[in-house]
Amino acid sequence: MAASAVFRREFPVKGGDFSKAGTVACRIKDLLKELGLDTQTVRRAAIASYEAEMNVIMYAWEGRMKLAVSPGKVRIVVDDRGPGIPDVNLAMTEGYSTATPEMRELGFGAGMGLPNIKKNSDGFQIESEVGRGTRLEIIINTNGHKP
Amino acid sequence: MITLKDIMTMVNGELLTPESVPEIECPKVFASDLMSDVLASAEPGSFLLTGLANPHVVSTCSVADVAAVVFVQGKRPDASVVGQARAKGLPLIATKMPMFEACSRIAVLFGVRGDGR
Repeated sequence: MAASAVFRREFPVKGGDFSKAGTVACRIKDLLKELGLDTQTVRRAAIASYEAEMNVIMYAWEGRMKLAVSPGKVRIVVDDRGPGIPDVNLAMTEGYSTATPEMRELGFGAGMGLPNIKKNSDGFQIESEVGRGTRLEIIINTNGHKP
Repeated sequence: MITLKDIMTMVNGELLTPESVPEIECPKVFASDLMSDVLASAEPGSFLLTGLANPHVVSTCSVADVAAVVFVQGKRPDASVVGQARAKGLPLIATKMPMFEACSRIAVLFGVRGDGR
């Protein structure tokens, strides 16, 4: 990946900072649009990024989102420092959520985040360690449109 | 094709973003207070009907390519949210109608014209 990446950006995400929610996802969306990727790829990447960004804000202490665009592929890696996920398989179940009532009042925490990231990805990996944090790798193929 | 103006008329709505073009087409409608559902299920170009009026609605719509928002049940976003929407070119409508009535009226609009689902 390192050798073929033609475009990279990295963004910090602060846990608990709901006022900035969506900032990184919107930036990623704008960048991918500027790179000339097709609208479906841009939308899928934006949705996956937004769900991942919200997860960091809602559950972790801090995180970093790394975007790498190479010919034919968008790769987004999200690393957070946080409580981790005790049962990843359970967390991947649609509707399963540990969200607080406050998160739900904002319109999130319906237990759709991780499944929706997977749905919008062509490749998806998740690793989590309780007490340390979670790492997501999201790959989206760009339908043949080269950046 | 049904337009923003048609939707506004049907729900007795008030346009909160005066520069929005009334002729914007409304191909589909999605109704939910859950932004998670919008992200998971709303189709690009949809109009969103919601009772949620916080800044996350604008961010969600921007990410999911939602074309316009109708706030139901007398909910009104504050000035900063309206400003955020205007900056992103997202039309906002407010109506006092409850969600069900607003949906029902819009469904009739689609049904009468025969080009909705």
